Amino acid sequence: MSAADDARIPGDPRARPGASGVPRVPLIGVDPADHREVPMADCVLSSRVRLARNLIGFNFVNRSSPDQLGDVVHRVQAARLGGPFEAGTRWVNVQATAPIDRLMLFERNLISRPFVEAPHPRCVAISADETTSVMVNEEDHLRLQMLAPGMQLAPLSERMFELDRSLERSLEFAFHSRFGYLTACPTNVGTGIRVSAMMHLPALRMLEELDKVQRAAKDMHLAVRGFHGEGTEALGDFFQISNQTTLGRSEHDLVEEFAGVIVPRFVEYERAARRALVSRDLPSLDDRVHRAVGILRSCRLLALDESIKFLSRVRLGIALGRITDIERPLVDRLLLEVQPAHLARATGGEVGHGRDDRAARADLVRGALRR
Amino acid sequence: MERTCDCCPNPAVVHEIVVKDGLKAEVHLCAEHAQERGFILPTAHGPTLITGKLLAQARAAAPKQPKACGSCGMTMGQVRETGLVGCPLCYRSFESELGAIIERAQAGACAHVGRHPLHAADLVDRAALRNRLARELREAVSREEYERAARLRDRLFEIGGGENGAADDESGGAVSTANDGRSPSGGGPS
Repeated sequence: MSAADDARIPGDPRARPGASGVPRVPLIGVDPADHREVPMADCVLSSRVRLARNLIGFNFVNRSSPDQLGDVVHRVQAARLGGPFEAGTRWVNVQATAPIDRLMLFERNLISRPFVEAPHPRCVAISADETTSVMVNEEDHLRLQMLAPGMQLAPLSERMFELDRSLERSLEFAFHSRFGYLTACPTNVGTGIRVSAMMHLPALRMLEELDKVQRAAKDMHLAVRGFHGEGTEALGDFFQISNQTTLGRSEHDLVEEFAGVIVPRFVEYERAARRALVSRDLPSLDDRVHRAVGILRSCRLLALDESIKFLSRVRLGIALGRITDIERPLVDRLLLEVQPAHLARATGGEVGHGRDDRAARADLVRGALRR
Repeated sequence: MERTCDCCPNPAVVHEIVVKDGLKAEVHLCAEHAQERGFILPTAHGPTLITGKLLAQARAAAPKQPKACGSCGMTMGQVRETGLVGCPLCYRSFESELGAIIERAQAGACAHVGRHPLHAADLVDRAALRNRLARELREAVSREEYERAARLRDRLFEIGGGENGAADDESGGAVSTANDGRSPSGGGPS
Protein backbone atom coordinates (compact mmCIF):
# COMPACT_ATOMS: atom_id res chain seq x y z
CA MET A 1 0.00 0.00 0.00
CA SER A 2 1.42 3.40 -0.84
CA ALA A 3 0.52 6.92 0.15
CA ALA A 4 -0.92 7.47 -3.27
CA ASP A 5 -3.37 4.61 -2.83
CA ASP A 6 -5.39 6.47 -0.34
CA ALA A 7 -4.23 10.06 -0.49
CA ARG A 8 -7.46 11.98 -0.39
CA ILE A 9 -6.37 15.56 -0.11
CA PRO A 10 -8.57 18.27 1.37
CA GLY A 11 -10.28 20.04 -1.45
CA ASP A 12 -9.63 17.08 -3.73
CA PRO A 13 -12.80 15.92 -5.51
CA ARG A 14 -11.64 12.35 -4.96
CA ALA A 15 -12.32 12.81 -1.25
CA ARG A 16 -15.21 10.57 -0.32
CA PRO A 17 -16.95 11.36 2.93
CA GLY A 18 -17.62 8.29 4.96
CA ALA A 19 -15.40 6.20 2.72
CA SER A 20 -13.48 5.46 5.86
CA GLY A 21 -9.78 5.59 5.40
CA VAL A 22 -9.59 4.05 8.84
CA PRO A 23 -7.09 1.23 8.95
CA ARG A 24 -8.36 -2.32 9.08
CA VAL A 25 -5.08 -3.75 10.33
CA PRO A 26 -5.03 -5.52 13.69
CA LEU A 27 -4.89 -3.26 16.69
CA ILE A 28 -1.31 -2.84 17.72
CA GLY A 29 -0.59 -3.07 21.40
CA VAL A 30 -3.64 -5.13 22.16
CA ASP A 31 -2.73 -8.23 20.27
CA PRO A 32 -2.04 -10.92 22.90
CA ALA A 33 0.99 -12.11 20.96
CA ASP A 34 2.48 -8.65 20.96
CA HIS A 35 3.43 -7.73 24.45
CA ARG A 36 3.57 -10.47 26.99
CA GLU A 37 6.95 -9.21 28.18
CA VAL A 38 6.30 -5.49 27.96
CA PRO A 39 8.27 -3.50 30.56
CA MET A 40 6.20 -2.21 33.50
CA ALA A 41 2.98 -3.33 31.79
CA ASP A 42 1.46 -4.02 35.24
CA CYS A 43 1.31 -0.26 35.88
CA VAL A 44 1.82 1.36 32.47
CA LEU A 45 -0.83 0.80 29.81
CA SER A 46 1.05 2.57 27.02
CA SER A 47 3.77 5.09 26.33
CA ARG A 48 3.94 7.77 23.67
CA VAL A 49 6.42 10.22 22.14
CA ARG A 50 5.25 13.26 20.23
CA LEU A 51 7.14 15.92 18.28
CA ALA A 52 5.71 19.26 17.14
CA ARG A 53 7.11 20.69 13.91
CA ASN A 54 6.20 23.58 11.61
CA LEU A 55 7.19 24.28 8.03
CA ILE A 56 9.25 27.24 6.97
CA GLY A 57 7.44 29.65 4.67
CA PHE A 58 3.93 29.14 6.02
CA ASN A 59 1.89 30.87 8.69
CA PHE A 60 0.99 28.65 11.60
CA VAL A 61 -2.32 26.77 11.34
CA ASN A 62 -4.28 29.30 13.41
CA ARG A 63 -3.25 32.09 11.01
CA SER A 64 -3.63 30.30 7.69
CA SER A 65 -6.36 30.25 5.08
CA PRO A 66 -7.89 26.91 3.99
CA ASP A 67 -5.89 27.14 0.74
CA GLN A 68 -2.65 27.62 2.63
CA LEU A 69 -3.50 24.65 4.85
CA GLY A 70 -4.24 22.61 1.75
CA ASP A 71 -0.74 23.55 0.49
CA VAL A 72 0.74 22.31 3.76
CA VAL A 73 -1.08 18.99 3.33
CA HIS A 74 0.21 18.66 -0.25
CA ARG A 75 3.74 19.49 0.85
CA VAL A 76 3.73 16.85 3.60
CA GLN A 77 2.08 14.23 1.41
CA ALA A 78 4.80 14.77 -1.18
CA ALA A 79 7.52 14.22 1.42
CA ARG A 80 9.13 10.86 2.06
CA LEU A 81 7.97 9.82 5.50
CA GLY A 82 10.44 6.99 6.10
CA GLY A 83 10.86 5.06 9.35
CA PRO A 84 7.76 3.05 10.32
CA PHE A 85 6.01 4.37 7.20
CA GLU A 86 8.36 2.44 4.90
CA ALA A 87 6.22 -0.67 5.34
CA GLY A 88 3.07 1.18 4.28
CA THR A 89 1.26 4.45 4.83
CA ARG A 90 -2.43 5.11 5.07
CA TRP A 91 -3.42 8.74 4.53
CA VAL A 92 -6.77 9.66 6.02
CA ASN A 93 -8.47 12.88 4.98
CA VAL A 94 -9.96 13.65 8.36
CA GLN A 95 -12.11 16.49 7.02
CA ALA A 96 -13.89 14.12 4.66
CA THR A 97 -14.08 11.11 6.96
CA ALA A 98 -17.26 10.00 8.70
CA PRO A 99 -17.59 11.14 12.34
CA ILE A 100 -17.55 7.57 13.64
CA ASP A 101 -14.23 6.86 11.92
CA ARG A 102 -12.74 10.08 13.24
CA LEU A 103 -13.77 9.01 16.72
CA MET A 104 -12.25 5.57 16.19
CA LEU A 105 -8.93 7.18 15.34
CA PHE A 106 -9.24 9.32 18.45
CA GLU A 107 -10.06 6.32 20.65
CA ARG A 108 -6.95 4.60 19.33
CA ASN A 109 -4.95 7.72 20.25
CA LEU A 110 -3.91 8.15 16.62
CA ILE A 111 -5.41 11.65 16.49
CA SER A 112 -6.18 14.23 19.18
CA ARG A 113 -9.57 15.45 20.38
CA PRO A 114 -9.24 18.89 18.67
CA PHE A 115 -8.29 17.13 15.44
CA VAL A 116 -11.58 15.20 15.47
CA GLU A 117 -13.68 18.36 15.39
CA ALA A 118 -11.51 20.98 13.63
CA PRO A 119 -13.23 22.54 10.58
CA HIS A 120 -10.12 23.17 8.43
CA PRO A 121 -8.25 20.98 5.91
CA ARG A 122 -6.28 18.34 7.74
CA CYS A 123 -5.18 14.77 7.36
CA VAL A 124 -3.31 12.09 9.20
CA ALA A 125 -0.75 9.57 7.99
CA ILE A 126 -0.87 6.25 9.82
CA SER A 127 1.85 3.65 9.54
CA ALA A 128 0.81 0.15 8.52
CA ASP A 129 1.58 -1.18 11.99
CA GLU A 130 -0.44 1.63 13.62
CA THR A 131 2.42 2.55 15.93
CA THR A 132 2.99 5.92 14.31
CA SER A 133 0.88 8.78 13.06
CA VAL A 134 1.56 12.21 11.62
CA MET A 135 -1.25 14.70 12.09
CA VAL A 136 -1.04 17.47 9.49
CA ASN A 137 -2.58 20.81 10.51
CA GLU A 138 -3.32 20.09 14.13
CA GLU A 139 -2.20 23.02 16.31
CA ASP A 140 1.15 22.74 14.50
CA HIS A 141 1.72 21.81 10.87
CA LEU A 142 3.02 18.42 11.93
CA ARG A 143 2.43 16.44 15.06
CA LEU A 144 4.42 13.23 14.87
CA GLN A 145 3.61 10.60 17.43
CA MET A 146 4.58 7.04 18.24
CA LEU A 147 2.80 4.71 20.61
CA ALA A 148 3.81 1.46 22.25
CA PRO A 149 2.29 -0.74 24.93
CA GLY A 150 3.83 -0.57 28.39
CA MET A 151 6.90 1.50 29.09
CA GLN A 152 8.98 1.72 25.92
CA LEU A 153 9.89 5.38 25.72
CA ALA A 154 13.60 4.98 25.09
CA PRO A 155 13.30 2.82 21.95
CA LEU A 156 10.29 4.86 20.81
CA SER A 157 12.30 8.07 21.05
CA GLU A 158 15.15 6.68 18.99
CA ARG A 159 12.72 5.64 16.27
CA MET A 160 11.03 9.02 16.46
CA PHE A 161 14.32 10.87 15.94
CA GLU A 162 15.02 8.68 12.92
CA LEU A 163 11.63 9.61 11.49
CA ASP A 164 12.27 13.30 12.22
CA ARG A 165 15.62 13.13 10.46
CA SER A 166 14.05 11.34 7.51
CA LEU A 167 11.34 14.01 7.19
CA GLU A 168 13.95 16.74 7.27
CA ARG A 169 15.36 15.50 3.99
CA SER A 170 12.26 16.78 2.23
CA LEU A 171 10.76 19.34 4.63
CA GLU A 172 12.35 22.37 6.27
CA PHE A 173 11.26 23.01 9.85
CA ALA A 174 11.09 26.46 11.45
CA PHE A 175 13.86 26.87 13.99
CA HIS A 176 15.25 29.69 16.13
CA SER A 177 18.72 29.71 17.62
CA ARG A 178 17.37 30.72 21.03
CA PHE A 179 13.91 29.13 21.12
CA GLY A 180 14.65 25.95 19.17
CA TYR A 181 11.89 24.37 17.09
CA LEU A 182 9.14 26.97 16.72
CA THR A 183 5.55 26.06 17.55
CA ALA A 184 2.20 27.83 17.37
CA CYS A 185 1.95 27.79 21.16
CA PRO A 186 4.99 29.55 22.63
CA THR A 187 5.06 27.15 25.57
CA ASN A 188 5.89 24.18 23.30
CA VAL A 189 9.06 25.62 21.74
CA GLY A 190 12.51 24.13 22.17
CA THR A 191 12.65 20.43 21.53
CA GLY A 192 8.90 20.30 20.81
CA ILE A 193 8.93 16.89 22.42
CA ARG A 194 6.21 15.51 24.66
CA VAL A 195 6.75 12.12 26.26
CA SER A 196 3.91 10.51 28.15
CA ALA A 197 2.90 7.36 29.92
CA MET A 198 -0.64 6.13 30.52
CA MET A 199 -0.44 4.94 34.10
CA HIS A 200 -2.74 2.35 35.64
CA LEU A 201 -2.94 3.23 39.34
CA PRO A 202 -5.85 1.29 40.91
CA ALA A 203 -4.17 0.53 44.25
CA LEU A 204 -3.28 4.18 44.85
CA ARG A 205 -6.90 5.06 44.22
CA MET A 206 -8.15 2.36 46.58
CA LEU A 207 -5.83 3.68 49.29
CA GLU A 208 -7.00 7.23 48.50
CA GLU A 209 -3.45 8.38 47.76
CA LEU A 210 -4.01 9.65 44.25
CA ASP A 211 -4.16 13.28 45.33
CA LYS A 212 -0.69 12.98 46.78
CA VAL A 213 0.58 11.43 43.58
CA GLN A 214 -0.97 14.16 41.46
CA ARG A 215 0.60 16.84 43.66
CA ALA A 216 3.98 15.12 43.34
CA ALA A 217 3.55 15.09 39.56
CA LYS A 218 2.87 18.80 39.49
CA ASP A 219 5.88 19.48 41.71
CA MET A 220 7.97 17.66 39.11
CA HIS A 221 6.59 19.96 36.37
CA LEU A 222 4.55 17.14 34.88
CA ALA A 223 1.11 17.43 33.35
CA VAL A 224 -1.52 14.98 34.60
CA ARG A 225 -4.25 14.33 32.06
CA GLY A 226 -7.12 12.01 31.28
CA PHE A 227 -7.51 8.79 29.35
CA HIS A 228 -7.12 10.36 25.91
CA GLY A 229 -4.60 13.08 26.75
CA GLU A 230 -5.02 16.84 26.81
CA GLY A 231 -8.50 18.13 27.53
CA THR A 232 -9.95 14.73 28.40
CA GLU A 233 -11.18 13.33 31.67
CA ALA A 234 -9.60 10.60 33.70
CA LEU A 235 -11.40 7.31 33.16
CA GLY A 236 -11.30 4.83 35.99
CA ASP A 237 -7.81 4.45 37.37
CA PHE A 238 -5.96 5.58 34.24
CA PHE A 239 -3.97 8.80 34.13
CA GLN A 240 -1.57 10.16 31.58
CA ILE A 241 1.54 11.90 32.86
CA SER A 242 3.75 13.90 30.52
CA ASN A 243 6.58 16.42 30.57
CA GLN A 244 5.67 20.10 30.46
CA THR A 245 9.17 21.47 30.02
CA THR A 246 10.36 21.43 26.43
CA LEU A 247 13.09 24.08 26.52
CA GLY A 248 16.52 24.18 28.11
CA ARG A 249 17.14 20.42 28.20
CA SER A 250 17.98 18.11 25.35
CA GLU A 251 15.55 15.49 24.11
CA HIS A 252 17.90 12.82 25.34
CA ASP A 253 18.00 14.22 28.88
CA LEU A 254 14.21 14.67 28.98
CA VAL A 255 13.54 11.12 27.83
CA GLU A 256 16.20 9.67 30.09
CA GLU A 257 14.77 11.36 33.16
CA PHE A 258 11.16 10.58 32.28
CA ALA A 259 11.76 6.95 31.38
CA GLY A 260 14.51 6.24 33.89
CA VAL A 261 13.42 8.21 36.96
CA ILE A 262 9.92 9.66 36.81
CA VAL A 263 7.83 6.77 35.48
CA PRO A 264 9.68 4.17 37.59
CA ARG A 265 8.99 6.32 40.64
CA PHE A 266 5.22 6.32 39.98
CA VAL A 267 5.36 2.62 39.21
CA GLU A 268 7.05 2.05 42.54
CA TYR A 269 4.37 4.12 44.35
CA GLU A 270 1.70 1.94 42.78
CA ARG A 271 3.50 -1.33 43.44
CA ALA A 272 4.01 -0.33 47.08
CA ALA A 273 0.29 0.44 47.33
CA ARG A 274 -0.49 -2.98 45.83
CA ARG A 275 1.78 -4.69 48.34
CA ALA A 276 0.02 -2.79 51.10
CA LEU A 277 -3.39 -3.90 49.85
CA VAL A 278 -2.28 -7.53 49.74
CA SER A 279 -0.72 -7.51 53.18
CA ARG A 280 -3.45 -5.52 54.92
CA ASP A 281 -6.61 -7.21 53.72
CA LEU A 282 -6.24 -9.83 51.02
CA PRO A 283 -9.83 -11.16 51.24
CA SER A 284 -11.17 -7.67 50.61
CA LEU A 285 -8.88 -7.21 47.62
CA ASP A 286 -9.82 -10.64 46.27
CA ASP A 287 -13.48 -9.79 46.66
CA ARG A 288 -13.08 -6.59 44.65
CA VAL A 289 -11.25 -8.14 41.73
CA HIS A 290 -13.34 -11.32 41.54
CA ARG A 291 -16.57 -9.37 41.96
CA ALA A 292 -15.45 -7.30 38.95
CA VAL A 293 -14.91 -10.48 36.93
CA GLY A 294 -18.33 -11.74 37.99
CA ILE A 295 -20.07 -8.54 36.95
CA LEU A 296 -18.31 -8.41 33.58
CA ARG A 297 -19.14 -12.07 32.89
CA SER A 298 -22.79 -11.78 33.76
CA CYS A 299 -23.97 -8.21 33.19
CA ARG A 300 -26.63 -7.40 30.62
CA LEU A 301 -26.23 -3.60 30.59
CA LEU A 302 -22.79 -2.04 30.92
CA ALA A 303 -22.05 1.69 30.82
CA LEU A 304 -18.66 2.92 29.59
CA ASP A 305 -17.42 4.18 32.96
CA GLU A 306 -18.51 0.93 34.66
CA SER A 307 -16.70 -1.16 32.08
CA ILE A 308 -13.48 0.80 32.57
CA LYS A 309 -13.79 0.57 36.35
CA PHE A 310 -14.27 -3.20 36.38
CA LEU A 311 -11.72 -3.89 33.66
CA SER A 312 -9.23 -1.88 35.71
CA ARG A 313 -9.88 -4.12 38.73
CA VAL A 314 -9.51 -7.24 36.62
CA ARG A 315 -6.22 -5.88 35.28
CA LEU A 316 -5.06 -5.35 38.87
CA GLY A 317 -6.12 -8.90 39.82
CA ILE A 318 -4.12 -10.32 36.91
CA ALA A 319 -1.02 -8.27 37.83
CA LEU A 320 -1.20 -9.59 41.42
CA GLY A 321 -1.77 -13.17 40.34
CA ARG A 322 -5.25 -13.23 41.91
CA ILE A 323 -6.92 -13.84 38.53
CA THR A 324 -5.30 -16.51 36.39
CA ASP A 325 -7.84 -17.40 33.72
CA ILE A 326 -7.80 -14.02 31.92
CA GLU A 327 -4.76 -12.51 30.21
CA ARG A 328 -3.83 -8.86 30.49
CA PRO A 329 -3.63 -8.26 26.72
CA LEU A 330 -7.28 -9.29 26.45
CA VAL A 331 -8.23 -6.73 29.10
CA ASP A 332 -6.20 -4.08 27.29
CA ARG A 333 -7.98 -4.92 24.05
CA LEU A 334 -11.36 -4.62 25.77
CA LEU A 335 -10.40 -1.23 27.20
CA LEU A 336 -10.29 -0.08 23.59
CA GLU A 337 -13.22 -2.05 22.21
CA VAL A 338 -15.71 -0.79 24.82
CA GLN A 339 -15.18 2.80 23.64
CA PRO A 340 -18.29 4.20 21.91
CA ALA A 341 -17.03 4.42 18.31
CA HIS A 342 -15.35 1.01 18.37
CA LEU A 343 -18.45 -0.52 19.86
CA ALA A 344 -20.70 1.18 17.33
CA ARG A 345 -18.50 0.08 14.43
CA ALA A 346 -18.44 -3.51 15.71
CA THR A 347 -22.21 -3.66 16.13
CA GLY A 348 -23.14 -1.69 13.02
CA GLY A 349 -24.59 1.22 14.96
CA GLU A 350 -23.92 4.93 15.14
CA VAL A 351 -22.36 7.01 17.88
CA GLY A 352 -24.20 9.49 20.06
CA HIS A 353 -27.69 10.92 19.67
CA GLY A 354 -28.67 9.44 23.03
CA ARG A 355 -28.14 5.93 21.74
CA ASP A 356 -28.04 3.40 24.54
CA ASP A 357 -25.05 1.18 23.84
CA ARG A 358 -24.94 -0.50 27.26
CA ALA A 359 -26.47 -3.79 26.07
CA ALA A 360 -24.03 -4.04 23.16
CA ARG A 361 -21.11 -3.34 25.49
CA ALA A 362 -22.27 -5.97 27.97
CA ASP A 363 -22.63 -8.53 25.14
CA LEU A 364 -19.14 -7.73 23.88
CA VAL A 365 -17.45 -8.04 27.26
CA ARG A 366 -19.40 -11.14 28.29
CA GLY A 367 -18.48 -12.80 25.03
CA ALA A 368 -14.80 -11.93 25.37
CA LEU A 369 -14.51 -13.14 28.95
CA ARG A 370 -16.53 -16.34 28.46
CA ARG A 371 -14.74 -19.27 30.05
CA MET B 1 18.43 89.30 38.05
CA GLU B 2 15.69 87.77 35.97
CA ARG B 3 16.97 85.42 33.27
CA THR B 4 15.80 85.83 29.72
CA CYS B 5 15.04 83.02 27.30
CA ASP B 6 18.01 81.63 25.35
CA CYS B 7 15.96 82.01 22.16
CA CYS B 8 14.15 85.31 22.65
CA PRO B 9 14.07 88.33 24.95
CA ASN B 10 11.12 87.03 26.97
CA PRO B 11 11.60 86.06 30.60
CA ALA B 12 12.70 82.42 31.07
CA VAL B 13 10.35 80.18 33.05
CA VAL B 14 12.23 76.85 32.55
CA HIS B 15 15.77 76.53 33.83
CA GLU B 16 17.63 73.27 33.12
CA ILE B 17 21.20 72.42 34.04
CA VAL B 18 22.68 69.52 32.11
CA VAL B 19 26.05 68.00 33.02
CA LYS B 20 27.51 65.98 30.19
CA ASP B 21 31.04 64.61 29.97
CA GLY B 22 31.95 66.68 32.99
CA LEU B 23 30.80 69.92 31.40
CA LYS B 24 27.90 71.92 32.74
CA ALA B 25 25.43 73.47 30.34
CA GLU B 26 22.49 75.69 31.31
CA VAL B 27 19.26 76.03 29.39
CA HIS B 28 16.80 78.88 30.05
CA LEU B 29 13.56 79.00 28.10
CA CYS B 30 10.39 81.04 27.98
CA ALA B 31 7.06 79.20 28.09
CA GLU B 32 6.65 79.18 24.33
CA HIS B 33 10.12 77.82 23.54
CA ALA B 34 9.97 75.35 26.44
CA GLN B 35 6.83 73.79 24.93
CA GLU B 36 8.47 73.70 21.54
CA ARG B 37 11.26 71.58 23.02
CA GLY B 38 8.86 69.09 24.61
CA PHE B 39 8.55 70.46 28.13
CA ILE B 40 5.05 70.20 29.58
CA LEU B 41 4.66 73.17 31.85
CA PRO B 42 3.11 72.73 35.29
CA THR B 43 -0.47 73.82 35.76
CA ALA B 44 -2.75 73.79 38.78
CA HIS B 45 -3.91 70.22 37.98
CA GLY B 46 -1.18 69.01 35.64
CA PRO B 47 2.11 67.24 36.12
CA THR B 48 5.20 68.80 37.61
CA LEU B 49 7.85 70.07 35.26
CA ILE B 50 10.03 66.96 35.63
CA THR B 51 7.28 64.39 35.27
CA GLY B 52 5.91 66.45 32.43
CA LYS B 53 9.18 66.15 30.55
CA LEU B 54 9.35 62.39 31.19
CA LEU B 55 5.77 62.04 29.98
CA ALA B 56 6.56 63.94 26.82
CA GLN B 57 9.58 61.73 26.16
CA ALA B 58 7.54 58.59 26.78
CA ARG B 59 4.85 59.76 24.40
CA ALA B 60 7.40 60.51 21.73
CA ALA B 61 8.96 57.09 22.17
CA ALA B 62 5.67 55.14 22.25
CA PRO B 63 4.56 53.63 18.96
CA LYS B 64 1.48 55.19 17.46
CA GLN B 65 -0.21 51.79 16.88
CA PRO B 66 0.18 48.34 18.46
CA LYS B 67 3.26 46.58 17.16
CA ALA B 68 2.39 43.90 14.64
CA CYS B 69 4.40 41.05 13.17
CA GLY B 70 5.77 42.22 9.84
CA SER B 71 5.00 38.86 8.25
CA CYS B 72 1.57 37.69 9.45
CA GLY B 73 0.20 40.88 11.03
CA MET B 74 -0.40 39.31 14.44
CA THR B 75 -0.20 41.72 17.40
CA MET B 76 1.05 40.84 20.85
CA GLY B 77 -2.47 41.52 22.14
CA GLN B 78 -3.82 38.80 19.85
CA VAL B 79 -1.08 36.45 20.98
CA ARG B 80 -2.09 37.01 24.60
CA GLU B 81 -5.77 36.57 23.75
CA THR B 82 -5.38 33.31 21.81
CA GLY B 83 -2.26 31.86 23.42
CA LEU B 84 -0.87 31.25 19.93
CA VAL B 85 1.53 33.12 17.67
CA GLY B 86 0.82 33.53 13.98
CA CYS B 87 4.02 32.53 12.20
CA PRO B 88 7.68 31.73 12.83
CA LEU B 89 8.66 35.39 12.37
CA CYS B 90 6.42 36.40 15.31
CA TYR B 91 9.22 35.01 17.47
CA ARG B 92 11.52 37.69 16.08
CA SER B 93 8.90 40.45 16.16
CA PHE B 94 7.97 39.81 19.80
CA GLU B 95 11.16 38.18 20.99
CA SER B 96 11.36 40.10 24.24
CA GLU B 97 7.70 39.58 25.25
CA LEU B 98 7.59 35.94 24.15
CA GLY B 99 10.93 35.28 25.83
CA ALA B 100 9.45 36.34 29.17
CA ILE B 101 6.33 34.18 28.66
CA ILE B 102 8.39 31.18 27.59
CA GLU B 103 10.78 31.52 30.49
CA ARG B 104 7.89 31.48 32.97
CA ALA B 105 6.28 28.45 31.30
CA GLN B 106 9.55 26.57 31.04
CA ALA B 107 10.59 26.75 34.67
CA GLY B 108 13.15 29.48 34.01
CA ALA B 109 14.75 27.94 30.91
CA CYS B 110 15.39 30.49 28.20
CA ALA B 111 17.55 28.85 25.53
CA HIS B 112 17.23 25.72 23.43
CA VAL B 113 19.45 22.74 24.03
CA GLY B 114 19.30 19.64 21.86
CA ARG B 115 18.53 18.62 18.33
CA HIS B 116 18.28 21.03 15.44
CA PRO B 117 17.34 20.71 11.77
CA LEU B 118 20.18 20.04 9.37
CA HIS B 119 19.48 23.29 7.53
CA ALA B 120 19.92 25.27 10.76
CA ALA B 121 23.36 23.90 11.60
CA ASP B 122 25.06 27.23 10.81
CA LEU B 123 22.54 29.07 12.94
CA VAL B 124 23.21 26.79 15.87
CA ASP B 125 26.98 26.90 15.42
CA ARG B 126 26.90 30.70 15.32
CA ALA B 127 24.76 30.86 18.46
CA ALA B 128 27.09 28.46 20.25
CA LEU B 129 30.14 30.48 19.20
CA ARG B 130 28.44 33.69 20.34
CA ASN B 131 27.66 32.14 23.70
CA ARG B 132 31.24 30.97 24.14
CA LEU B 133 32.73 34.34 23.18
CA ALA B 134 30.30 36.16 25.45
CA ARG B 135 31.28 33.92 28.36
CA GLU B 136 34.97 34.42 27.67
CA LEU B 137 34.43 38.19 27.41
CA ARG B 138 32.76 38.27 30.82
CA GLU B 139 35.61 36.26 32.29
CA ALA B 140 38.22 38.51 30.68
CA VAL B 141 36.56 41.63 32.06
CA SER B 142 36.28 40.13 35.53
CA ARG B 143 40.04 39.32 35.42
CA GLU B 144 40.81 42.81 34.11
CA GLU B 145 42.38 41.36 30.93
CA TYR B 146 41.27 44.33 28.88
CA GLU B 147 43.26 43.69 25.72
CA ARG B 148 41.86 40.19 25.44
CA ALA B 149 38.38 41.54 26.26
CA ALA B 150 38.70 44.07 23.44
CA ARG B 151 39.64 41.33 20.97
CA LEU B 152 36.71 39.19 22.10
CA ARG B 153 34.36 42.16 21.82
CA ASP B 154 35.54 42.83 18.26
CA ARG B 155 35.06 39.17 17.37
CA LEU B 156 31.52 39.32 18.75
CA PHE B 157 30.80 42.36 16.60
CA GLU B 158 32.07 40.48 13.56
CA ILE B 159 29.61 37.63 14.04
CA GLY B 160 26.76 39.96 14.93
CA GLY B 161 26.58 39.28 18.63
CA GLY B 162 26.45 42.93 19.74
CA GLU B 163 28.58 44.61 22.35
CA ASN B 164 27.23 42.57 25.20
CA GLY B 165 27.62 39.51 23.13
CA ALA B 166 25.06 37.35 24.85
CA ALA B 167 23.46 34.95 22.46
CA ASP B 168 20.51 34.60 24.75
CA ASP B 169 19.77 38.30 24.79
CA GLU B 170 17.20 39.91 22.58
CA SER B 171 19.58 40.58 19.75
CA GLY B 172 20.98 37.10 19.65
CA GLY B 173 18.13 35.06 18.19
CA ALA B 174 18.17 34.16 14.55
CA VAL B 175 15.21 32.43 13.00
CA SER B 176 15.25 30.12 10.02
CA THR B 177 12.11 31.06 8.20
CA ALA B 178 13.11 31.37 4.57
CA ASN B 179 10.08 31.84 2.44
CA ASP B 180 10.27 29.71 -0.66
CA GLY B 181 7.60 31.71 -2.44
CA ARG B 182 5.15 28.84 -2.82
CA SER B 183 2.99 30.04 -0.03
CA PRO B 184 3.85 33.41 1.43
CA SER B 185 3.37 33.61 5.15
CA GLY B 186 2.27 37.23 5.05
CA GLY B 187 -1.25 38.49 4.87
CA GLY B 188 -2.91 37.09 7.95
CA PRO B 189 -5.77 34.63 8.07
CA SER B 190 -8.40 34.48 5.44
